[in-house]
Amino acid sequence: MRLKGAQILLETLVKEGVDVIFGYPGGAVLEIYHELPSYPIRHVLVRHEQAAVHAADGYARASGRIGVALVTSGPGATNTVTGIATAYMDSIPIVVLTGQVPTMLIGNDAFQEADIVGITRPCTKHNYLVKDLKELAQVIREAFYIARTGRPGPVLIDLPKDLMNSFGEYAFPDTIHLRGYNPTIKGHVGQIKRAVTEILNAEKPVLLGGGGVISSNGAEELRFIAQKFKIPVTTTLMGLGSFPENDDLSLGMLGMHGTYPANMAITNCDLLISVGARFDDRVTGKLDEFASLAKIVHIDIDPTSISKNVKVDIPIVGDVKTTLKQMIETFKKEDKGKEGKKKRKEWLDQIAEWKITYPLSYVQKSIIKPQFVVEKISELTKGEAIITTEVGQNQMWTAQYYNFTQPRTLLTSGGLGTMGYGFPAAIGAQIAFPDRLVIDIAGDGSIQMNIQEMATAVQHGLPIKIAILNNGYLGMVRQWQELFYDRRYSHTHMNTAPDFIKLAEAYGAVGLRAVKPEEVVPLIKKAFSTPRLVIMDFVVEPEECVYPMVPSGAPINKMLLV
Amino acid sequence: MQHTLSILVENKPGVLSRIAGLFSGRGFNIESLSVAETLDATISRMTIVTRGNDQILEQIIKQLNKLVNVIKVMDFVNGDFVNREMALIKVNVTDENRSELLNIVDIFRGKVVDVSPDAYVVEVTGDEGKLDAIINLCKPMGIKEVARTGKVAMMRGAKQKG
Repeated sequence: MRLKGAQILLETLVKEGVDVIFGYPGGAVLEIYHELPSYPIRHVLVRHEQAAVHAADGYARASGRIGVALVTSGPGATNTVTGIATAYMDSIPIVVLTGQVPTMLIGNDAFQEADIVGITRPCTKHNYLVKDLKELAQVIREAFYIARTGRPGPVLIDLPKDLMNSFGEYAFPDTIHLRGYNPTIKGHVGQIKRAVTEILNAEKPVLLGGGGVISSNGAEELRFIAQKFKIPVTTTLMGLGSFPENDDLSLGMLGMHGTYPANMAITNCDLLISVGARFDDRVTGKLDEFASLAKIVHIDIDPTSISKNVKVDIPIVGDVKTTLKQMIETFKKEDKGKEGKKKRKEWLDQIAEWKITYPLSYVQKSIIKPQFVVEKISELTKGEAIITTEVGQNQMWTAQYYNFTQPRTLLTSGGLGTMGYGFPAAIGAQIAFPDRLVIDIAGDGSIQMNIQEMATAVQHGLPIKIAILNNGYLGMVRQWQELFYDRRYSHTHMNTAPDFIKLAEAYGAVGLRAVKPEEVVPLIKKAFSTPRLVIMDFVVEPEECVYPMVPSGAPINKMLLV
Repeated sequence: MQHTLSILVENKPGVLSRIAGLFSGRGFNIESLSVAETLDATISRMTIVTRGNDQILEQIIKQLNKLVNVIKVMDFVNGDFVNREMALIKVNVTDENRSELLNIVDIFRGKVVDVSPDAYVVEVTGDEGKLDAIINLCKPMGIKEVARTGKVAMMRGAKQKG
């Protein structure tokens, strides 16, 4: 079959199961945009290319499918870099298609030319510049395969304009052969056996669930092991939702803003089973004192994550879900009815005591506390909404006070910490699930980093709810200035924010504001019952801090609790 | 500790840049690097000499293996392997030192590959120590230029590694 390059591209995307693209047209991708209406692919027109990538990322995180973004060459391509780096740090499968100047102009500093393959080499899992139409279909297949297998991640394909409008023979490639790429999926049987023996013998075990549990769809297996063997579970920020937080065994999040019971359990445990987490510095605090009494089992699909920061006793390279299933099978053989339950009573009692002594807490007085807003959103959604966050205090309060019970319900930029991520990610999630409630919990600072996407959401009729915890500050930076820089609030006071109600109305959305604590619940209810894009502007305590807090570089059991 | 890594990669555009970028981006060091096609024209071999403790080397090797275009990584640290590099040395010649230089070249089993009235270009092959030695011996005569290749390495014996 003879097809034009643009048709080969779209034909192959459809075969890969793509039914939505987040994008922004331009000169180098005109040919693709010209053919796009002939294919069963929905196109979501964003207002900035960064948002296209975040939306594709949000779509991927919420649905588990690959998100696709399409942008033009030069500035269109360079605008995607933050989005790509965000997805790379959090291992999110997306494919970014960038236009490129015609092949004969590459390297000539042509109009809207950028070496996007060179620019994104360190922040993509892999990338391609297609120079021969005969390779196009194969490259697309490889890109999707690489994005979703192993440790998932973003893949970029650069498409010169002349290839898109020239004709070539098309056949969907049946096979993919990558000589240098073969991820390990099954865990090593001997290592699994050792890990199982350790688990059965441990007196004070803790499970640590990371983003890998969610990306491998292994939450069910994690829960089975935790509940069957009475092992308390803490999660990283990326792992929130991998274990139901309303279960008695849940310790909540660990790390810099982790809960007291979680950080104490890590410090005192005799066995730590890390599942799909990479021991980021925000999780471990001072490395020497992190779980220093424990043997450590580390399950991860990426060998480079193992023994990178924390020395591991039993490394297991493999897909989380597959490996946990293997462990469950091994338990059945090894356990012989012991289950070690009684031994752990003391440990579970200790954890219960930590929970009672130092729960997460705040005092609600006459000014709205941001924690109160998040707690009410959690109650009113029963933990069933898809929550996105921006970055900073809003993100940490969401992590602490929203009760996550299901995987893929928290979309947040964990690794890169990208302000402006949450709203476009919410657009992606709402496109994936038109009937679910999608809420972006934001700060007044970060919402302004991609506020232009209001137009996108209104154009596509997406009834997203934005909850702005409006404290008039870049709150997390202000908190560090308060605690570590003598309260010198250098350039963190945003005293000229827009009127978010008028702004919402200007975009054709709905704006609501709450100033008093008693207005919070009615306002959330009103927003939830409005089937349109809504901004909820909560005027909150300006100088509230996120606690507990472990100062940077301190051991995680040394928490500031007030 | 010095390690010699022999890396088989797909012979595709940008692969060198991916590897160089990995080293610079993660703060690893490259002491020398050489690249050429293997018998199979779709595969190139890169020989990289690097330095680091066990933990760093473990990370370097894992990170290299993670690159999609990298087929195989071998670490020739303690293994039974031969390694060679080559140097071209341009030395000043005068009537007084000409025979001494030819003697040295002979001892090191080198070759004079270019002759002009004032300078000889000497080609010599060997391990790092041998090349350092001949360069030091030539220094008193006046070296105009030195061009050294990076190291290439191979396992001894019949066994094929990749």
